[in-house]
Amino acid sequence: MAKHNSSFPTGHVAGFIVSILLTFATVGAVRYTDLPFVTIMWIIGSLAVIQALLQLFMFMHLTEGEGKMQLINIFYAFFCAIVVAAGTIWVMTSGHVHY
Amino acid sequence: MAKVDTSLPLEYQTEQNRLNIFGFWIFLGAEIVLFASLFAAHGSLYNAFADGPTPKDLFILKDVMIETMLLLTSSFTCGIAIWYMRRNNLKGLLIWLIITLLLGAGFVFFEVTEFIHYVHEGAKMQTSAYFSSFFVLLGTHGLHVSIGIGWAIAVIIQLAKRGLTPTTARKTFIISLYWHFLDVVWIFIFTFVYLARMV
Repeated sequence: MAKHNSSFPTGHVAGFIVSILLTFATVGAVRYTDLPFVTIMWIIGSLAVIQALLQLFMFMHLTEGEGKMQLINIFYAFFCAIVVAAGTIWVMTSGHVHY
Repeated sequence: MAKVDTSLPLEYQTEQNRLNIFGFWIFLGAEIVLFASLFAAHGSLYNAFADGPTPKDLFILKDVMIETMLLLTSSFTCGIAIWYMRRNNLKGLLIWLIITLLLGAGFVFFEVTEFIHYVHEGAKMQTSAYFSSFFVLLGTHGLHVSIGIGWAIAVIIQLAKRGLTPTTARKTFIISLYWHFLDVVWIFIFTFVYLARMV
């Protein structure tokens, strides 16, 4: 996190362009392919994760300051988020409610 | 006076600032889990329409794309604002922060318009479990954006009055983290709430 001296925000512009491309790739995968539903969900879910990581590292400077602790905290939060969301949806939709 | 390390960007120059920024990351970790619980509810009630309208009847890709582009661009302009801050350019910082807020306000406007459209089509919070979870998830996000706009206006006023100091720089950096985070949440709303319905 040394002071920056470049005169053009190359990283930000690159991050923005890639974000837009990922957004349109998501729309493309949904609207213009005939893949099975589960395959499409995996593709667009992965694109979402890539775009989120891009924001975290390129726009939010996650590795600056207390970088290591911030990384651990955010990745643990993501782990908790996946357990909560995927775990709940799995339990509530996979037949466990019918006893 | 606290020890100041001038080799670092303004917002990291004091120990207090570094701890405040780190503390905000901890808060964002909790926010991630908060939104995960709302996504969990939404995902569990995915087809609980109670004979009411379905998202396939209502969602319009163009409107969602407008909201997505507004928020994504505002995240980018917010990054540019911080980029100017790190070059000690107060004017650039303020201009790009204000652009960010205008884009954010545009997002809120389109989202409110979208909700009004849904209610007109008979999809209210009380209509079905699906729309309850939809409005709670989207409403929580939209409320965050609205609060963020008010918060950023307060920071802009401080910047205009006091200029760039380690304290105002830290406050600006923290609101930028918050703003980018809201775009991160939107990426998942865009993908799992909207696009997954258009397969």
